[in-house]
Amino acid sequence: MRQYNNGGGLWGRLRGAGLGLVVLVFVAGIVFWGGFNTAMEWTNREAFCISCHEMEENVFNEYRNTIHYTNRSGVRATCPDCHVPKEWTHKIIRKIKASNEVWHHLLGSIDTPEKFDAKRLQLAQNEWRRMKANDSRECRNCHNYAYFDYSIQGRRSGRLHQSGFDEGKTCIDCHKGIAHSVPAVDQEIGIDRGGASPEVFHPPAQRQD
Amino acid sequence: MKTKSGILLLAVLAAAGLGLPLAASAADAVRSLRGTAVDQAAQQPGNYAVEKDHAPAAREYVQQPPLIPHKVDGYNITTNFNKCMDCHSWTRYRETGATKVSLTHFKDRDGKELSNISPRRYFCNQCHVAQTDAKPLIDNSFRKAEGLK
Ligand code: HEC
Ligand code: HEC
Ligand code: HEC
Ligand code: HEC
Ligand code: HEC
Ligand code: HEC
Repeated sequence: MRQYNNGGGLWGRLRGAGLGLVVLVFVAGIVFWGGFNTAMEWTNREAFCISCHEMEENVFNEYRNTIHYTNRSGVRATCPDCHVPKEWTHKIIRKIKASNEVWHHLLGSIDTPEKFDAKRLQLAQNEWRRMKANDSRECRNCHNYAYFDYSIQGRRSGRLHQSGFDEGKTCIDCHKGIAHSVPAVDQEIGIDRGGASPEVFHPPAQRQD
Repeated sequence: MKTKSGILLLAVLAAAGLGLPLAASAADAVRSLRGTAVDQAAQQPGNYAVEKDHAPAAREYVQQPPLIPHKVDGYNITTNFNKCMDCHSWTRYRETGATKVSLTHFKDRDGKELSNISPRRYFCNQCHVAQTDAKPLIDNSFRKAEGLK
């Protein structure tokens, strides 16, 4: 006992310090994670997104006329629901990429309607590419097509959903412009405005399996 | 000078003489078919629901623009993009199962045939409309064209 106590003087202190360190790290961890997650949560709000006028004056105003803003049931999809992944790792990656937006905010890349219009096709294509690559994951967070009831969907919806999913299509293949106006699209009517080509707007289906 | 003021006097008299009875009889004689006074707002616009998607409706006369048999909420037509043509164009109709736009839509106002719809047919909703569950406001005696019965 004594020996243990004697030897334990240094050991005990070390152990105490170690324990203290563990506790300290633990507490710091909680604070860090808490603060980190709070920051993550805080930046995951519609109000945060539209705190930048680039986001508010163009895309937000258009979105206010769509079904995901107001509808009969009052269930909404907000900006991060469609644009920020829910899963942790995907979310972190998207947030890091989003620091690019702060940079372009400072540069003023899209700070006038004219600049926004000029860059819109590029921005939309970034989103289309992202959603196509992840099989429209954010849409599927809310809409699970395994539970689509084709008997009560509209004629056109039921028909195209069944044939579309068979061909390996994903939501964004058919539902572009669901929340905002689309950029110029090349439809061969009137003069050429350099819009998205048919291959971009209606890409061929890609089987995932 | 003299004739000018004379004409002016005549005009004022005529206006006073004609205008008064006209204003009075206007309120008496003109009746809105919808049963409300002409200077009042018509019936309160109701909250009508757009019909569910259904099969194309039969036409009432030969040159009738067919009614839209589906919902059109959120289908915007802008300079950038014509949502209707995303399903109804000759390049898209096979994939979407929609009726392809009529051949008559390709003619411009000089009668020239274009390779896609003419700009004067760009705004489809000018002629084609979706239906709601609203009842007709007044009775009428419209009948289907003989040949389409
Ligand atoms: C600091 C101001 C600012 C804030 C806050 C902001 N954005 Fe942006 N956003 C921008 C700018 C500037 C661009 C244009 C980037 C460019 O030019 O490449 C942009 C581009 C985008 C794009 C196009 C994406 C791409 O890959 O090109 C999306 C989607 C987007 N923002 C969504 C959001 C969402 C969702 C939020 C809230 C979570 C948000 N933004 C908050 C300034 C902001
Ligand atoms: C936060 C959940 C959520 C997300 C994310 C979401 N939606 Fe929705 N969506 C809804 C709700 C709720 C409605 C239906 C509202 C109603 O009818 O009451 C809806 C309706 C729709 C409709 C029906 C439109 C109509 O006119 O009837 C379509 C199409 C649709 N969503 C597509 C998408 C696509 C594509 C995405 C991904 C880009 C997406 N949604 C992401 C919740 C969501
Ligand atoms: C092959 C093309 C296609 C694909 C892929 C597709 N949709 Fe649709 N969807 C349509 C069409 C066409 C309609 C009906 C017309 C419209 O609403 O514009 C529709 C309608 C809907 C509706 C409204 C249904 C109703 O009848 O009330 C919802 C919700 C919807 N889609 C969600 C989705 C989601 C979520 C996905 C991805 C899992 C998806 N769609 C994939 C073509 C498609
Ligand atoms: C229902 C899902 C949905 C919601 C909600 C939504 N977006 Fe989008 N957003 C999209 C899709 C899909 C695109 C790709 C372009 C397209 O198809 O319109 C897009 C594109 C964008 C772009 C690129 C420019 C463009 O218009 O193409 C920006 C910026 C953007 N969104 C910001 C926002 C902001 C800010 C909000 C909230 C006010 C928001 N989005 C809400 C689905 C959504
Ligand atoms: C998502 C694809 C889609 C879009 C977008 C669309 N339609 Fe249709 N439309 C159809 C389909 C499919 C039919 C055939 C109906 C059926 O058989 O179920 C149809 C039928 C019609 C018909 C009836 C044709 C006939 O022979 O009686 C008219 C008119 C029409 N649509 C007009 C429009 C207009 C105007 C718009 C734009 C506001 C529009 N459609 C947008 C798919 C679409
Ligand atoms: C100036 C009026 C007008 C405009 C604008 C117009 N249409 Fe029509 N549409 C008609 C008339 C009238 C008919 C029936 C006679 C005919 O075939 O020309 C018709 C027929 C149709 C049909 C049925 C074709 C068939 O084979 O039975 C479709 C589909 C159609 N229109 C779609 C559209 C679309 C999509 C647009 C917009 C891009 C549009 N129309 C613009 C007047 C119009």
